Amino acid sequence: MTAVTRARAMLHHSTLARSLAWVVLAAVVLVIASDVISSYDDLQLATGAFYFAVLAGLTVLAGQSGQISLGHGALMAVGAYTVALLIGNEGWALVPALAAAVVVTALVGVPVGVAASRLRGPYLAGATLAFAVGLPALADKFPSLLGGENGLTINPPTPPSFLGSSFPLERWEAWIAGAGAIIVLFALYNLSSGGVGRAWRAVRDDEIAASLCGLAVGPTQAMAFTVSAACAGLAGGLLAVVLQLAQPGAFPLQLSLSLLTGVVLGGLGSLVGALWGALLLTMLPNWTNDLAHSFSLSTQVSANLPLAIYGVVLIAAMILWPSGIQGGVRALIRRLRRPAPAGVSQPTGST
Amino acid sequence: MTKFVDLTLSGVSTGAVYAAVALALVLIWRATRIVNFAQGAMLMITTFIASAIINSTGSYWLGFVVALAAGLVFGAVVERLLIRPVEAAPPLNAVILTLGLYTLLVAAAGMIWGNTPRSFPAAFSLRGYVVGGTRLLFTPNDTFTVLIVLAVAAGLGLLFRATSLGLQMRAAAFAPEVARLLGVRVSRMFTVGWALAAVAGALAGVLVAPSVFLGPNSFDPILISGFVAAVLGGLDSPPGAVIGGLLLGLALSYVSGYEGAALAPLAALVILVAVLMLRPGGLFTAGTERRV
Amino acid sequence: MLSVEGLTTEYGPVRAVDAVSLQADEGTVTAVLGANGAGKTSLLRTITGLVPARAGRVTLAGEDITRLPVEEIVRRGLAHVPEGRGVISELTVEENLRLGGLWRKGAAAPAQEMFDLFPALAQRRRQPASTLSGGERQMLSIGRALMGRPRALLLDEPSLGLAPVIVAQIMTMIRSLADNLGLAVLLVEQNARSALSIANRGIVLNLGRVVADREPGELAADERLRHAYLGF
Repeated sequence: MTAVTRARAMLHHSTLARSLAWVVLAAVVLVIASDVISSYDDLQLATGAFYFAVLAGLTVLAGQSGQISLGHGALMAVGAYTVALLIGNEGWALVPALAAAVVVTALVGVPVGVAASRLRGPYLAGATLAFAVGLPALADKFPSLLGGENGLTINPPTPPSFLGSSFPLERWEAWIAGAGAIIVLFALYNLSSGGVGRAWRAVRDDEIAASLCGLAVGPTQAMAFTVSAACAGLAGGLLAVVLQLAQPGAFPLQLSLSLLTGVVLGGLGSLVGALWGALLLTMLPNWTNDLAHSFSLSTQVSANLPLAIYGVVLIAAMILWPSGIQGGVRALIRRLRRPAPAGVSQPTGST
Repeated sequence: MTKFVDLTLSGVSTGAVYAAVALALVLIWRATRIVNFAQGAMLMITTFIASAIINSTGSYWLGFVVALAAGLVFGAVVERLLIRPVEAAPPLNAVILTLGLYTLLVAAAGMIWGNTPRSFPAAFSLRGYVVGGTRLLFTPNDTFTVLIVLAVAAGLGLLFRATSLGLQMRAAAFAPEVARLLGVRVSRMFTVGWALAAVAGALAGVLVAPSVFLGPNSFDPILISGFVAAVLGGLDSPPGAVIGGLLLGLALSYVSGYEGAALAPLAALVILVAVLMLRPGGLFTAGTERRV
Repeated sequence: MLSVEGLTTEYGPVRAVDAVSLQADEGTVTAVLGANGAGKTSLLRTITGLVPARAGRVTLAGEDITRLPVEEIVRRGLAHVPEGRGVISELTVEENLRLGGLWRKGAAAPAQEMFDLFPALAQRRRQPASTLSGGERQMLSIGRALMGRPRALLLDEPSLGLAPVIVAQIMTMIRSLADNLGLAVLLVEQNARSALSIANRGIVLNLGRVVADREPGELAADERLRHAYLGF
């Protein structure tokens, strides 16, 4: 076999090889793109990257594990505050601080995940909603440590010296956030393609059947939650690095709802869909601002416009398009490959 | 001692508001098996409408009545247009849809009326009663709040137990297919259920607006407390909603009073999780306990 | 009174009811028999409108009711006592009965009539329907269907889960409903013997198709048919 055929075969059979290929591709695109685009766009790229990190975790949780969470905004806050405290107060370096953010948020995610694993549907949504509203209140309870309403600030991350003294800050931030996103992509791709992902989906589809096959339902779901919490923690930490700030105002309930919109639009369970969602969350505020300027809309209107659009998207998606963009794309691809079979529905009850 | 009495009385008053929201959530859950996460935003809109009426006509009571009427219409319209398509879909779809409606309503309110909270008048005096020389924090307005919520709850109870409409609504909620076979127009009953629930919500909105001020996000904590109260009492039980609301009001009042108001949302979360872990059907489980 | 022509129902690729035609006249009992899965329940559900028909027609007193929604069909005088009785456990006996006549408003039968017909229910009028025995539930669901003063009555396996003595009572009562009230009764049953004992006509279904449409005596005499489809 030639090297090419061998490589092809390896890519076909090995998830690890495929994911490494994606990683390399993404890294290359990141390096080239961040050089070509403007500083402002680099900042957008960084923003999109950390949105992707949390959306990827959330979409895997919702789509593959069947659990909805409205609390991921609060989990991002945990990651952000961890990074802000470690870098700002304790002088930690960047990478250890981010790693710590992942670990701390995952640890917070464990009890939440255990509780969540026992809840279904609206109960789970309501509980995570209460979590999203309740947790940020802690910032007011411990103002000296957590900086109260103003939050904590940190110094911008300095690019390492070997990159040269004129290496732009925004580009470095894009690299950091991009690296985080790529790590999340790699981890989730492997998890969801492997046995872990199959366990998640088995439990999602039929808990009783799954437990009869020996899968521990509760721990499987709790683990899915913890993994998504870890992603949210990383995203929050990256947010703190990019914005150099961690404050309660950055993590309102609306954030969790915009994250939900991102995964719904992209299609629950789809990593590519998370990319669409990240694009939406990053670009929409800019687009609405431009729209507001061209139509001379007041700030009152333009400030609320992204949220109004998210609301419409969520409603329309549920009524018209429940599987999101990626679902729509998949359906289109299926229909192009072969003619659609006639719908087969299950007979109800006895005849 | 006075502090304890004050906290208890104010707990009863806020509890009445939670009870009204919980009642709204329970009515909708019983009819269509959906938790209406947009309830808080819906009652926010009806309260803004009341505010507009009050400001233009100077009459509180006209605004009050219009708020309730607007709630009735709003609930019916939302069910007919938005909820009907997802009633038969997996529960997750309805959850996401009501959250989307919440998001849209809050944003729309911000666009129309701005994000700065404004004041809202109370129905009655806000000066506390004087008992034995001490001025309590409990006011005539609080008395009104408690009484009217209890009256509405009793009225709804009477509607369900003693009228044909109520019988049809219960049948539609318990056994929709059998009800259809008996000539009950089940989808119409669902619409009525949502409309009545929205009235209960609208009532809660005008009652609580004087203390939380009127802004697009002012009622978020109320929705969450209403949900916790409904779960506490049992999502299937209207009397449970009322009792759950009162109990929660007391609990959060004590927490706020002794530990600080910032901890109240966290306390609500703790109570919610405790109930869901220990007794998922709530205190007044009707029939079989649902596995949450 | 009730006429079904070429009725066909499909669940996806499965044809549950295949071009079934039958007649149920006033004051008669027409038994629909066959093994489990033969299409009997699907037939009733299609006639009543719970399931849309793929093809064919259903006529009630000359009016085409094929495409009407359930609530309208009920208002035209068709009552359906579903499989498993459909008693609403959370309501009382009296509430269940009242429910059956609500759509009729003033012209419904007074609940007292049903209590006279079924004395056992009168004793339990305020109790939750969940406390009733199987036979009592059957009486309740029939009484509830009668509250709307129907012209045609569809019954889906009323004998299911009941002791033979109770089954005999129920069958006798169904016969008297046809005779005294002039109802057109369509009786779906797996218990072919007891159904044929009160029927004017017997229709046998297999795999959704009518394989026999005869007098009960003829059906009982045809041993091959009995063994193949009726289980006795």
